[in-house]
Amino acid sequence: MIERAVIIRNRTGLHTRPAATLVKTAARFKAEFFIQKDSLEINGKSIIGVMTLAAEQGSTLTLRFDGPDEAEAAAAIVQLFESGFDEQ
Amino acid sequence: MSNNPETALSGQQEIILKGVAAAHGIAIGPAYVYSKHIPRVETKAIAPGEVESEIQRLRTATARAEKELQKILRFAEMKLGAQSAKIFEAQIMILGDTILMGAIEQRITKELKNAEYIVADEISKYRQLMMAAPDEYMHERAHELDDVMNRIIRNVQDQKLFSRLEGESIVVSETLTSADTIIFSRNQVLGYATDLGGVTSHAAILSRSLKIPAVVGLRNATKQIRTGDLLAIDGYAGTIAINPSATTKESLHQKAQRFKEFEERLAELAGLPAMTPDRRTIELSSNIESPDEIEFLRIQGSAGVGLYRTESLLIGKDSYPTEDEQFETYGKVADGLFPDAVIFRTFDVGGDKLAPGSVQEENPFLGWRGIRVMLDRPDLFLNQLRAILRASTRKNVRIMFPMVSNLWEVRRAKILLDQAKGELRGLGIPFDNRIKIGVMIEVPSAAVMAEEIAAEVDFLSIGTNDLIQYLLAVDRDNAAVAHLFQQFNPAVLRSIKHIIEAGHRRGIWVGMCGEMAGDPVATVLLVGLGIDELSVGPTFLPEIKKIVRSIKLKDAKRIAEKVLAFKTEEEIKEYLSSVVKNKVPEIPLEEELGA
Repeated sequence: MIERAVIIRNRTGLHTRPAATLVKTAARFKAEFFIQKDSLEINGKSIIGVMTLAAEQGSTLTLRFDGPDEAEAAAAIVQLFESGFDEQ
Repeated sequence: MSNNPETALSGQQEIILKGVAAAHGIAIGPAYVYSKHIPRVETKAIAPGEVESEIQRLRTATARAEKELQKILRFAEMKLGAQSAKIFEAQIMILGDTILMGAIEQRITKELKNAEYIVADEISKYRQLMMAAPDEYMHERAHELDDVMNRIIRNVQDQKLFSRLEGESIVVSETLTSADTIIFSRNQVLGYATDLGGVTSHAAILSRSLKIPAVVGLRNATKQIRTGDLLAIDGYAGTIAINPSATTKESLHQKAQRFKEFEERLAELAGLPAMTPDRRTIELSSNIESPDEIEFLRIQGSAGVGLYRTESLLIGKDSYPTEDEQFETYGKVADGLFPDAVIFRTFDVGGDKLAPGSVQEENPFLGWRGIRVMLDRPDLFLNQLRAILRASTRKNVRIMFPMVSNLWEVRRAKILLDQAKGELRGLGIPFDNRIKIGVMIEVPSAAVMAEEIAAEVDFLSIGTNDLIQYLLAVDRDNAAVAHLFQQFNPAVLRSIKHIIEAGHRRGIWVGMCGEMAGDPVATVLLVGLGIDELSVGPTFLPEIKKIVRSIKLKDAKRIAEKVLAFKTEEEIKEYLSSVVKNKVPEIPLEEELGA
């Protein structure tokens, strides 16, 4: 299992478009992917779950990956957050 | 719309509800209270042998729900454009959420309960979390989720999508989603009345382009109105009358008639220029915010668009649209208006207009808004400038910067515009290299410095709403001080005179795109002060044109001089109203307009 902490950099936070990108990317991997914000943990492969996170710019999330390709999954997802979901 | 003695005899009281006028027009007809068709969900136990068929029922229902949404999406793309239709895409994605659907199917198997109960229970969990979040955006998301949930449940229960009205009706509902508005508009809907919502909601914008009267923000209309009640909707005044009295019906009937006749008379003016009898031509253009409005402008005989509010692209969005998405809209507008011109105002966000991902401010009207935001976010600004430039190949596009408060901002914006041009040039993308640029004068410091600003640009346009608010330090949405928001305050009029003269000294044209430009009481004065262009809401075009065509420039100048000698707003308003009443008696002034 791998755990990573990320900060939301893009201005709009995890709004619809970034949420969709996140879920689509996660779906490419076998590893389970969970996102924790404060006391709430949701499945990162579920669009409805990700939409539930009121994650604004600047908030911190803990990402947890578990599965055979967890390292690759973690790298790809963390990259998304770091690039600010390539907004604009 | 004849008198109805039964209503009076049965003792049904007329009740007037006050809301916000969202789309003009008057209609009288029976109410249809649209209760959003929230399906009832009962818990039912199922036998282990029924699990498979229950899951099959759910899958069929989800597939049907998706088909419905795809249909709405396509219809919305047609009516609203691809950008605005995106809200329906998010709903479709939820239907395809394998984690959610997997969890629901698993619970059906384990708990041996009916599909609709599990769907409602599972989705409600997420809904509650969204409603618990402090921000409005999450609450709207929760409503979208409701929509998806109800759509699945309704299909599980094998009910057809409700979209038929029996005969003509005024649709009354708590809220109307874009989907509702679109679906109803295929029936004989006479009007829309909703408890919630503002004039900028999707449904309101849509009813305007569909030309169906709408009143929103009625608070508890759905509680007071029952299906079949006779309603009168006044989309000018923003009121609904339940069981309208004979007098009310008669006066609304007259009002509708008056507007109809007036509009017909004015329609004759459509092909004529806004020119005074002594041949001074005023450029008369419109303020719009959607390509859908262009067709209406054509009917009104407008020459062009003096203010295109690009921030309408941001309504309901959670991020700024890309350059290509913006270009799609701007190109459509520029092509649709050609050979007439359009002035694109760059994103005017902040203040009361929320930007995607914007910050909370103590005092937003004095905060991060308009050009200030764009200069701090050159990435966004360059995106928009390139998109506008790309739409300018037919040379009928101009750019205007809002909320400018000093000269540096103008210069900085020009540098960024040059950069955007350079980038396009480098890519070999064509645009109008000599595109005209202007500044919206709406901050008192910019008004004072109008001449220096004029020296930097090709035109000025006076934004009266903000100029008055800032000059008089009055928030007109604050009921305690709203009466101090004086459009005809002498300080306001002297500022306008100063701005027009400053522009003319620098040899550029000066227009006005605030509400004052569309106020028939102000027209003679503005013409007399030398205004070159008036940009007004499209519905005001004919009457403003009528006034311009009725008064000689020479008389207007004399009237303006007299107005400038007055010291109070009361004297000025009274005098100008009497001028209009005498010279253009057929114009219905404010009290009759009910606006």
